[in-house]
Amino acid sequence: MSDVITQTQTEAAGETRHMNMIEAINSALDVMLTRDPDVILLGEDIGYFGGVFRCTAGLQEKHGKTRVFDTPISECGIIGVAVGMGAYGLRPVPEIQFADYIYPGLDQLISEAARLRYRSAAEFIAPMTVRSPFGGGIFGGQTHSQSPEAIFTHVSGLKTVVPATPYDAKGLLISCIEDNDPVIFFEPKRIYNGPFDGYYDKPAKSWKGRDDAQVPDGYYKIPLGKARMVTDGDALTILAYGTMVHVAQAVCEAKGVDAQILDLRTLVPLDIEAIEASVRHTGRCLIVHEATRTSGFGAELSALVTERCFYHLEAPVERVTGFDTPYPHSLEWAYFPGPVRIGEAIDKILQD
Amino acid sequence: MASANDAKGHNRPPLRLHVPEPFYRPGDAVDFSHVTIPPAGAQPRPDEACPARDTYPLCDDLIRVLGEDNQAHGPWDPRLAPETLRQMLREMALVRAFDNRMYRAQRQGKTSFYMKCTGEEATSVCATHALDADDMIFPSYRQQGCLIARGYRLTEMINQIYSNRADKLKGRQLPIMYCSKRLNFFSISGNLATQLPQATGFAMASASKGDSRIAATWVGEGSTAEGDFHSALTFATVYNAPVIFNVINNQWAISSFSGFAGAERANFAARAIGYGVAGLRVDGNDPLAVYAAERWAADRARSNGGPTLIEHFTYRAEGHSTSDDPSAYRSADEGSEWPLGDPVNRLKNHLIAIGEWSEAQQDAQDAELDTMVKEAQKEAEKNGILGHGLHHPFATMFEDVFEELPWHLKEQSEQAIRERQIKWPEDPAE
Ligand SMILES: Cc1ncc(C[n+]2csc(CCOP(=O)(O)OP(=O)(O)O)c2C)c(N)n1
Repeated sequence: MSDVITQTQTEAAGETRHMNMIEAINSALDVMLTRDPDVILLGEDIGYFGGVFRCTAGLQEKHGKTRVFDTPISECGIIGVAVGMGAYGLRPVPEIQFADYIYPGLDQLISEAARLRYRSAAEFIAPMTVRSPFGGGIFGGQTHSQSPEAIFTHVSGLKTVVPATPYDAKGLLISCIEDNDPVIFFEPKRIYNGPFDGYYDKPAKSWKGRDDAQVPDGYYKIPLGKARMVTDGDALTILAYGTMVHVAQAVCEAKGVDAQILDLRTLVPLDIEAIEASVRHTGRCLIVHEATRTSGFGAELSALVTERCFYHLEAPVERVTGFDTPYPHSLEWAYFPGPVRIGEAIDKILQD
Repeated sequence: MASANDAKGHNRPPLRLHVPEPFYRPGDAVDFSHVTIPPAGAQPRPDEACPARDTYPLCDDLIRVLGEDNQAHGPWDPRLAPETLRQMLREMALVRAFDNRMYRAQRQGKTSFYMKCTGEEATSVCATHALDADDMIFPSYRQQGCLIARGYRLTEMINQIYSNRADKLKGRQLPIMYCSKRLNFFSISGNLATQLPQATGFAMASASKGDSRIAATWVGEGSTAEGDFHSALTFATVYNAPVIFNVINNQWAISSFSGFAGAERANFAARAIGYGVAGLRVDGNDPLAVYAAERWAADRARSNGGPTLIEHFTYRAEGHSTSDDPSAYRSADEGSEWPLGDPVNRLKNHLIAIGEWSEAQQDAQDAELDTMVKEAQKEAEKNGILGHGLHHPFATMFEDVFEELPWHLKEQSEQAIRERQIKWPEDPAE
């Protein structure tokens, strides 16, 4: 078995407290603002108000308004300015209010931030962490629900990170901020306040009482590029990230399927060792993500698994994804890759 | 960190980063005496065909018609017939009644989201009256007044808000993101400012075809920071496009005051100067001034005078949306202390002052409009509310992604229908 990091193996600092994902992110930012005078936060509504999802609440008050501040509504400005701040030597953490609004900033991310190190032969770097809530499940319609991770994993020079628990959110975010490369940190907004099992018509769950919501107050890191084994099992491997980790886990529990679920945590760099080891062990692989299917990150995962584990596979690799349509407001729960879609795919994989 | 101050012996002053701060925060008493409000009627009205630069003094002024005496003053008085004034008053009051009821509907869980335009009714209703019915409107999300002024059926609007089975947009858009080709009202995007280059392109197309239609577009002052705003103005000036840019300066972009869009340094109308576009700054709570400015810009565009940027100086009297709590970031007194009053009251008082209306008529009309909205709501609810099953059939989810359904969407559509039978066996929608 590869060195799949589990929570107990990770060094943790300080007293632990129960936190939801928002509090964990806030805590990571607070720790880093305190530790490193070069860390600076900027974004729409993040200052006085503390962000529309409250992830930066209280940070301006504590760290001052030249370190945590509101910006004009200009995503290309926010990211372009962060490139310049990085060139000066700061570690900016820009927030894009919704992942759906990152597109006006794409050129600055794709052509500038991602390439700066390469084109300057490392004379300049862009050590920024772009935080952005992403994903659906909150009746946000087509402009508040997208999962555009594949756009970024396609770009060389960018790292893409998606936490699935409060504990991970804090540890990963601290790693991202300390990383010298530009990172996209996507926060699955459906699980900000509690894990989501895909049963949208049942009461929402809370992070309370869960081990993965016991978060140290102090500084700790979870390295980028290491997957987390959520459940160990023999029947099949499920590769997931963000909200879908919890949905997949709930489906397996409900169906009594003995799956090995890997929470990828970082898409680039990817923990290929953990994936290979798991698929070789189980011989079957299901990939689950919320983004649309075609050219989604699942296609990349499927190709990698097929290339590297073909002779170990007992069934074709399956993908469960959102549909290739924009996220429809009223039919959101028909779009969402929930228990039915995942359940059918598991049955199909286990049939052969 | 790469600080030059680390070098020995420097004597240069340390630089300082300026981060804007609004005048008032929660708990502060409000004093708007720093807001310069010139007397109504005092602003010159250049000819519509004038060179753009002749308008530049107006970019730093405030065009006003209705005075404290509730009478119309000065060269910008559009001299509208009382019937037109009554019509505009009626539509503004209808927008308000509609907003109030839909806000409540969201709180009752009938839809996911709503956005009011309280205090800004004139900037959409009266501006629309100054346009022709075939002029194209490229709205943002707070221009329900444009649709209402063009006579859109309330039930249609509520169907859209409920994403129900009668929603013309098939339940795909967020509530309030209407669209009506018949009424020349373009589809609303949640992505801010994208409509500005689009309006410019529409206007350019109309000009290139020798047509007579012009385009008008609306954007919040916060969104003028987007690159789209600057691209649109560049294209508009280069091609002398017949387009009107309405910048609604309602002082707040969610929790960020207008200073974060640059208002501490220059008015938004002044953005026009750098592009060589005509610019007007208008009291956005003065229905007559709004009408007059929009009409001026429309006439200018229609006679090949080119684009105009209008800043409507107004105030967002309510929260940004149903997801917002403005008491967390601004003084509770701002709304009541806003020195330009309320557009509905100002027009009502004007009509009363000229003997064309009365409080009793207003009360009767308010009651009538409220009933009208209630009835439209009831009718719409027959078609379903959000999340209660009465929506468009599942297969429609896959329509209109492309003109024709490709194989992969066909497969996915079949999958969605199969899932639906498992997930919602009782669901009446196919
Ligand atoms: C490209 C983009 N970035 C961010 C957002 C999130 N957002 C929605 S409304 C809003 C504030 C807009 O303020 P303003 O332009 O002043 O218009 P107002 O709401 O005041 O009418 C923001 C930041 C968005 N919808 N689109």
